[in-house]
Amino acid sequence: MTVKVNRFKCGYCGACVGVCPPGALELIETWIEVDKTCTDCGICVRICPVGALEVQK
Amino acid sequence: MKDRYDVIVVGAGPGGSMTAKTAANAGLDVLLIEKRQQIGDPVRCAEGVNKVYLKEYIQPDPAWISAEVKGSKIYAPDGAMVEMSEKLAGAEVGYVLERKVFDRALVRDAALAGAEVMVKTRATGLLMEDGFVKGIKAQHMGEKYNIRSDIVVGADGVESKVGRWAGIDTTLKPKDISTCAQYIMTDIDIDTDFCEFYVGNKIAPLGYIWVFPKGNNMANVGIGITGHMSGEVRAKELLDDFVQKRYPGGKVIEFIVGGVPVCGTIERTVANGLMLVGDAARQSDPVTGGGIFNSMWAGDIAGKVAANAIKHSDVSAGFLQEYETKWRAGLGRDLDMSLVVKERFTRLTDDELNTLAHSLEGIDLGSVTLIGLLWALFKANKKLLWDLRSIFKGIKEIEMEASVEVNS
Repeated sequence: MTVKVNRFKCGYCGACVGVCPPGALELIETWIEVDKTCTDCGICVRICPVGALEVQK
Repeated sequence: MKDRYDVIVVGAGPGGSMTAKTAANAGLDVLLIEKRQQIGDPVRCAEGVNKVYLKEYIQPDPAWISAEVKGSKIYAPDGAMVEMSEKLAGAEVGYVLERKVFDRALVRDAALAGAEVMVKTRATGLLMEDGFVKGIKAQHMGEKYNIRSDIVVGADGVESKVGRWAGIDTTLKPKDISTCAQYIMTDIDIDTDFCEFYVGNKIAPLGYIWVFPKGNNMANVGIGITGHMSGEVRAKELLDDFVQKRYPGGKVIEFIVGGVPVCGTIERTVANGLMLVGDAARQSDPVTGGGIFNSMWAGDIAGKVAANAIKHSDVSAGFLQEYETKWRAGLGRDLDMSLVVKERFTRLTDDELNTLAHSLEGIDLGSVTLIGLLWALFKANKKLLWDLRSIFKGIKEIEMEASVEVNS
């Protein structure tokens, strides 16, 4: 269970990091990393301004 | 880099740089870190700022002023326009900045005041001892470092982790974040004297589109929509729709996305050995999303309080409460008022937005204050805007009337 980040779409703005309830996302310079605490809630997927995130079952 | 400082500031945006500058000017040993390789890039916002307020903190320099505007024009869904002069709109506009240059100028000021600056340096955690923040864990060029300090200031933006690490829940709900996309466009015909705002549930659900002139047929054209409206449609798609209709021949020379906290004040912004500043403290305005000046203003206070705390050898949350009290006294009411306005305005239909715009026809808004504008709207649309009544409490009716009539 995690979210997949399409690095070719991502504008590395960090909006997803700000809404992640468990704090599983991190913006590192110009890319997003997802750690194991991701609960698959999909909030980040919803708010991403470009649609770069996808829940991966 | 040393292994110990008086203050470590995480994040070199306007809030962090101001904190570092003020603290360094007060004689503190300050480290300012920025995780990116460059200061101010990618840009984080639409770049409008009140020039009168700004002058208190930095000498205006043509190098970072893209344009000076006289005011704002707000367009309702049916095209009805409400024009506001600079004094009224001034809370957010006046200068349209070149943020890349502006942010760098602020960091330079901090550095010249004596702060040490490190780029490509990321905080990965806090050093905690006996319930006190005692510094940061950092990463630079792949190497890990522990850097100690008496105070850590989290100015790490919308994606802030510093507060969370210290036990302050800064997580934004979807309705508490504005999800944004913006283009720098050129070869377009724009009104260089005004910032334009377009509202409507179709074009920008629970948000707005902005067009900020940047001189020479250029503009910052962007959109912010409230997070819970995003998903089926997204900020970028809606911006593309607008741009295709409004500027079909325009050329995009820069694309930026971002998130802006629009939640209003959070429960607390201090802990033992820690203060939060700017977007990290959710100090941006819930209606406009504007936060450049708020961050700088709060950062200046944080820098002064840091100096005072270290002088008294007391960095407890109790002592740092001075920061919390001061910024809330100056900014809290504005943010609370904006939140009330946001809650009401985001529930208006397009027809109701049109009604509001038309209700101001014939009223000269030459130089009303924001509260005066809201009062004028309230008076003409009491039923529609009844929820706003609380924000007028404690403000004399005469003051509001006077502020509307000054130029009429």
